[in-house]
Formats: sequence, C-alpha cells, structure tokens
Amino acid sequence: MKVWKYGDDINTDMLFPGKYTYTCSTAEEVKPHLLEDLDADFAEGVKQGDIVMAGANFGCGSSREQPVLGFKAVGIAAVVAESFARIFYRAAINQGLVLVECPEAVAAFKDGDEAILDVEGGKITIAGKVFEFPPLPPEILAIRDAGGLLNYARAKLEERANHETRS
Amino acid sequence: MGQTFAQKILAKAAGLPSVVPGQIVPIRPAHLLTHDNTSAIIGKINDDLEKYGVVRNDLSIIVLDHVTPAANEKTAIGHKAVREFVDKYGIKNFYDVGVGICHQVVVEKGHAAPGMILVGSDSHTCSYGAVNAFSTGVDRTEAAALMLVGETWFKVPPTIRISLKGALKPRVSAKDLILTIIGDIGAGGATYQAVEFHGDVASLDMEQRFTVANMGIEMGAKIAVFPFDTVTEEYLASVGVARSEYEPVWADPDAEYIRELDYDLGAIGPVVAMPHKVDNVKPISEVEGRPIDQAFIGTCTNGRVSDFHAAAAFLEGKKVDPRVRLLLLPASRAVLETTLADGTMEKLVRAGGVLLPTGCGPCLGAHQGVLAPGEFCLSTANRNFKGRMGCKDAETALASPETVAASAVAGRVTDPRKVS
Repeated sequence: MKVWKYGDDINTDMLFPGKYTYTCSTAEEVKPHLLEDLDADFAEGVKQGDIVMAGANFGCGSSREQPVLGFKAVGIAAVVAESFARIFYRAAINQGLVLVECPEAVAAFKDGDEAILDVEGGKITIAGKVFEFPPLPPEILAIRDAGGLLNYARAKLEERANHETRS
Repeated sequence: MGQTFAQKILAKAAGLPSVVPGQIVPIRPAHLLTHDNTSAIIGKINDDLEKYGVVRNDLSIIVLDHVTPAANEKTAIGHKAVREFVDKYGIKNFYDVGVGICHQVVVEKGHAAPGMILVGSDSHTCSYGAVNAFSTGVDRTEAAALMLVGETWFKVPPTIRISLKGALKPRVSAKDLILTIIGDIGAGGATYQAVEFHGDVASLDMEQRFTVANMGIEMGAKIAVFPFDTVTEEYLASVGVARSEYEPVWADPDAEYIRELDYDLGAIGPVVAMPHKVDNVKPISEVEGRPIDQAFIGTCTNGRVSDFHAAAAFLEGKKVDPRVRLLLLPASRAVLETTLADGTMEKLVRAGGVLLPTGCGPCLGAHQGVLAPGEFCLSTANRNFKGRMGCKDAETALASPETVAASAVAGRVTDPRKVS
C-alpha cells in the first residue's frame, strides 16, 4: 500500500486534463490519464488499496467526475486531505469513494510512513499514531450504503412506483 | 437571529421555518443544466430512462457548447445522442450548437430568476447568483439522478458577507474586482460557503455582476449572490421575465456571517492572475512588459457585449501586435448579433482578431486556441490551471478585457490605464 502525497489546491485539471473530458467518460478510458499533468508516475504505478493524500481544497475547479471514477477504478482506498472542494466531495459520495477530511493526519504524515485506514471506525493511523475523523451524516451514509447515488435514486423510483400502484 | 440568503432560500424550498448552517435539506431545483456532458449522463441511466422516463420534461436545460461545432467523430456522436434524447423525451429547453455558452444562454433565455434554485453539471453554474438565484454545480452522476427523481440535498452553507463601496474607476472592471477578492480570500477561501455581495452593488451593471458571480467557484464558493434591485428587474424584463414571475430573496439585516469583508471599488486597480492558480493575483505593475503569444477575449466570464465594447476601445483603428494571436469568443449568438450590428466585432476583426464560434472549447483545451509548450496566453477566462488550455507546459494568465485588449496591441502585458 502506497500513499501518494500532494499539496494544496489540487484542481480537477491536474487530476484529469480538461482536453479529455468529452472523449473519455468511462473508467477504462479515464485510467491512463489520471493525474497526467500532476504526477506522470501515478497512472502506471498506482495499485489497489493505495491512498491519495493532499492538502487543502482537494478537487477544486471543474465539476468533472472522471477523477472520482478513475480513483474508484484503480482501487484507491481513500483520499485523505485537509479539506475538499464541494463538487468533488459530492461526486465522491455519489460514487462511493471514501474521503477522509483530517488535517491532523495530513500534517503528521512523512514520506515512507505507513497509513492504516479504518473507515467504519473513523480512524486513520499514521506511523503508529491514531487520528479520528467524524462519521458522515446519516443522509449521506444512506447514499453510500445504497451503493452510490444512482442505486439510491433507483430505490426511490421503485418506492414511488409501488406507492402509485397501491394508491 | 436573522437569516442569510442561503438559509432563507433553502428553508423556503424545504418547507421549513428556518435552517442553520450545516443542516442537510432536501431540494427540488427549478432547473437542471447539462451540456455536452448530457450524453455521458444519460449513458449512465439508459435502462432507467426506458423504465421511468424523465421526472419532468421542463426540468432540464440542455445547451451544446463545450466542444462545438464537434471537433471529431466522438464528440459528434455525443451531440447526436443528446439530440435523440431531447426528441424522445420532449425536453423543452434545448439549445443546439451555436446558441451560446450554457451560462449565458440560461440567463439570456430567461431560465434563471430571483429566488429560484438551479443546479447544473458544470462548476460555473454559480453564475446565476448575478440575478439573485441560488445556483451551484454538481457532478454528472448527480445530474443523472436528478433527471430521474428531480430532487437532491444541500447542506446549508455558512456565508461570507462582502460589502462594496463606491464605484470602479475607468478602465478597471468587475474582473479586476473579483480577481482581487479571490487573491485575498484564496482559491479555497470560500469552500463550502456562500458569498453575498452587499453595499453599492447598484454601481455594477448586470454583465459585471455575471462576471463576479461566475468566478465564485474559483474561491470555492457554493454560491455567489447579488441582491435583487432595479438593475436586475430591468435586465430580466429585457429577456422577457416579468416581475410577477419571481419572488426575490435576501438576507435579513441581522443575519449571522462567518466572515465580513469590505471593498472600496475606487481603490481596485487592474490585476492579473498569474499561472497556475486563480488566487496568484498580482497588481499589473508587477507583470507589465511580459511578452504574450495569445490574447483571448470572451468566454462565460467576459464574453458579453460590454466586454467587447471595452476591448474595442483599445483595438479600434489599431493592429494586434504581429507576434500575438487575438481570439474573440462571444458568449452567445445574441452577443455576436449585437456586436455585429453595432460594428464592434468588425473593429475587432479588422484589428486582427480571429472570431471563434461561441462555446467553451479553448477555455478547457478541448479544441481551438490550444497552446504550445512555452507559450503564454493572457485570457479573460476564469481558469489558469496548468494544462487548462491543452498543454501542461504552457501558461495562462487571467485579466480583464481592457487589460487583454491593451496587451494584444502592445504584444506584452500592458496597464490599460497607461494607454493614451
């Protein structure tokens, strides 16, 4: 498991260049271009279970969701950052990508440190030191537990259809 | 305790007497904007659409603008899929290639009004705060779910209050104002927060307000909103939206803010957001003289009639420096028609400008105006990120139409106030 560490204000053009937004939409199309203009080694070297760590305002800029699709497709366990831009945050919820907002953990991390993530327990351990992060609100957990927003929406549609049938 | 604009509009929409920052509320937006990405969005829900259809055929506003006219077969196929979807489901608000950039089209066609909630699968959806609407961006998956169920959720944001005083000086524009604010607050300074503009907003016309609201996202803001006033009312009447059709919302005088900032408009000067972050804002005196390869006037930030008028004041009867490519990109067909009819576009083209079709292509490096390694573009757009104009080894800097026009003539970054 590797931690890929980056700085503040990592925008979505750095995560996935804008020039590909209307030619690459599926996870398989996105994967080779992930972080292309930020870190040329990422797309080749990333492995299932790796963590992306960054500073403040991660995912700022465009509303494109390809970075989230790509992170899910390559098996990123979580993105840990000081803070996230709001559209990226929503996109992650909607795809079921785990985001951890924990400035203390980011500050404590040094190159080569081991990071162990316990999403359900709300804990991340960096070089043996444990940092806690708050759970998501129940409204949001319901989307994640449904397997992402589209499944959540489908359940709602089923419910509406059943309701109409009954009434 | 009084409530902010965001609190009031979200409480009203959720049917609650009041809400507090951090509270999550269900919302049924009046409209959902999507653009070329509509093809990818509907691609996620083909089977669901067959089964349930769209929740409302007047929810979506679809504008083809991002890679228009199509740059290759793949984007052409995407456009075709969108047209087929529009026909099949009777989507009421569809604007094909050439009508304009989505954010300009939404306001120009009267789809955004005071007190309304709109979402869009584009980050610059925050633009309609200019007309006192609550509008913000979402991702493609959320747009897909909205097409099916028509509702989503918002977390009530805390609010920054920005008070404006006085009026902008000649040759200084709303672009200089918003870049100055972003430079102060930072690219993440308003993340998950709303921004309200108060004070002497009447000195800013509607096009200047669009420029400011459009860039709210560049400081991370969920919304950037102006109060409703006679400027708003007159603009909306001009696009066919009557006063009886909307209910403005504004903050209570005793609303609670997390941060309050004051700006003296008369003290704002020309600035440039240097590569590669929008908050890397420098007074023009620090970057004057820097040679430029490309000058870009237009986009959803600065592609309106007053922007081209401002540019023409510097370019009429002059020639663009031979080492500079000047690109002109009107925000809509209506803007193009007006600037053709009043002779502005002719002046700009005679000066050496290359007129591009309305759309977003150059701004995100999709097509047209892509830069080569080592090149420097001075642009009126809203983003200067690394790689943004299609090349990671090129540089883009952001400025006002006045500054870009003056610089195009000189061939180097020029303070528009110093041009005689």
